[in-house]
Amino acid sequence: MQQERSQIMFFPTIGKTALELVRNLGAMTIFFAEGFVKIFRRKQVREIVYQVFYIGAKSTNIVMLIGLFTGMVLGLQLYYTLIKFGSEGVLGSVIALSLIRELGPVLTAIMITARAGSSMAAEIGILRISEQIDALYTMRVDPVRYIVSPRIAAAIISFPLLTAFFDLIGIFGGYLTGVVLLGVDKGAYIYRVQAYVDFVDIKGGFLKSLVFAVLVSTICCFQGYFTHMRTDSYGAKSVSLSTTSAVVISCVMILISDYVVTSLLM
Amino acid sequence: MDLPLIEFRDVTKRFGDRTILDKMSLKIYENQITTIIGKSGTGKSVLLKHIIGLLKPDEGTILFRGKPVHEMGKDEWDGYRSQVSYMFQNNALFDSLTVFDNVALPLRQTTNLRKREVMRKVMTRIQQTELTEVARKYPSELSGGMQKRVALARALVTDPQIVLFDEPTTGQDPIRKNIILSMIAHYRRKFGFTAVLISHDIPDVFFISDRIILLWEGKAAFQGSYEESMRLDHPMIDELLHSLEGFQDELTGLLSKQVFKNRYTMTLQRRQTDITVSAMLFTVEFDLAADLFGAPVFEILRIMGQNINDFFGPLGGFSARHQRNQLLTILPHIQLADAQALLDTFTHQVQEKAFSDIQAMLRTNMGAAMCLNLSVKAGIIEGKSTDDIDRIIDKAESSQKVVAVYRCDQGGEAR
Repeated sequence: MQQERSQIMFFPTIGKTALELVRNLGAMTIFFAEGFVKIFRRKQVREIVYQVFYIGAKSTNIVMLIGLFTGMVLGLQLYYTLIKFGSEGVLGSVIALSLIRELGPVLTAIMITARAGSSMAAEIGILRISEQIDALYTMRVDPVRYIVSPRIAAAIISFPLLTAFFDLIGIFGGYLTGVVLLGVDKGAYIYRVQAYVDFVDIKGGFLKSLVFAVLVSTICCFQGYFTHMRTDSYGAKSVSLSTTSAVVISCVMILISDYVVTSLLM
Repeated sequence: MDLPLIEFRDVTKRFGDRTILDKMSLKIYENQITTIIGKSGTGKSVLLKHIIGLLKPDEGTILFRGKPVHEMGKDEWDGYRSQVSYMFQNNALFDSLTVFDNVALPLRQTTNLRKREVMRKVMTRIQQTELTEVARKYPSELSGGMQKRVALARALVTDPQIVLFDEPTTGQDPIRKNIILSMIAHYRRKFGFTAVLISHDIPDVFFISDRIILLWEGKAAFQGSYEESMRLDHPMIDELLHSLEGFQDELTGLLSKQVFKNRYTMTLQRRQTDITVSAMLFTVEFDLAADLFGAPVFEILRIMGQNINDFFGPLGGFSARHQRNQLLTILPHIQLADAQALLDTFTHQVQEKAFSDIQAMLRTNMGAAMCLNLSVKAGIIEGKSTDDIDRIIDKAESSQKVVAVYRCDQGGEAR
């Protein structure tokens, strides 16, 4: 009897979860569309510049640090792998292509999610639970325009720039371990980077970073903006859960969308 | 009566299983201060949020100048909202913006005013709310009372036609409560806006209100003037006023109005035999500039209240604040001639002690350059304990004459 009951309940649970997922995806799409359109409204420049400073400029150091060590560890790993085949001369091109096509956009997006995405969700969540978003509405200030649009715009501007920084510093990190520490020829390293990296690789990397920018900013803003709609918690707890959800969902979506975009580009 | 500015017709609002507004009907008229009172959880804030559109009714209609708001087009709805301002119960200030930026936000975001004009308007409101020294500070660096004033300045900075105040005086000391309430009354007179106010500050809020709406079990149980509400013999009124008013008038330290009335009834009217009572009604009148001074005016009322209590209390008298600037004392077993002699002695004390206290307070609060004049009027009447208290008060008021005058340049003088 019990088993039959749990079997019966299994299907409605799946249906309910699927409906919830579709509903959230739809809501998030509309939320992004509204936020994106309102980027181009008046009185936005100042807020966008501030958000570029916060999301972009203030993330530069951490992104460059991670980029440097990613490039250095790639240099080490790939050198000892390539040397087995006597092809350590292609180290520069392998590091550059790995970074530009894949690791640069993905790791940069994850780092920005951890640093700026979480704070986006928390800040907007606090604005929501302390009625500051309602206060904006009562002042006839569109909350989506004032809060969400500048963050989406800033993410779209900052993600590709930071990805470019990450790629450059990563290639330099590979140079440090490959050329300076392990003795790969300096000219060969730089030449291979120049010769094997095409514009299409760079374009693909930037396309990915744009997709990640849209996903991360939308997910983080959405989670914060609708903190009060959570049914599992209230107040400060709901802000903390929204922040956690924002980071987890963003990271998962970065990896899923990375596969989708990569398969489309290939 | 005129067409209401805002009208609720059978508005119902539910949150889950709880019905907060239950077919509520009420009317709010233009250029009036309407005060909404009710126990906690009776839907006062929910009601205000319906007016500004933050919440939508599950059933029923809200009308603005006779037109249902749900039938308004986008421009019409925007036009309506541009006339309404809202002051939140918990202030809803932006923590990351300074006081100045918080007040300037609606002007910067919704108008095309030049920087200089925004600066002028914002600084005017900041000065009026006594926030000049903290204009560059963040809300978290301010006391609760100051934060409330920042929210008030922000609500008024756009010169709205309708201002919704959700408990504007919560967390303030008695003097500041009265300053905020008198500021609301002053601005209403000056700019002619309509104010809808949620407040528990009885009786102070009644002194500035044109109309009272009493919420009870999801409905507007009473709508009308304060005097009408006092005449309404209903246990709900007594229960509510008792629960909100407390025993003492916070400002003057005298008895609350309800306690005063109960004491009059219990100690005098329920006796078998008539006893003689004398009633004294004091009115403190200020010169025309008093509205601009804020705190000193209420400090003066506090000093007068203390002096009345100290003088008449030991003689068996009991006192309450009757109107904003009127203080009433009942003296049981004292006849008119004795009461007159007491009044003369009290007047002398006012001149000697109260006026010197007032002078010291004014010097501290306003400095030597500012000047505030006042006069104290007193009316005295003899009656019987079986007489209706309201009739005694009316008679005392009609017999009032000036007994002491304070001029800032000369100090006090008795008449």
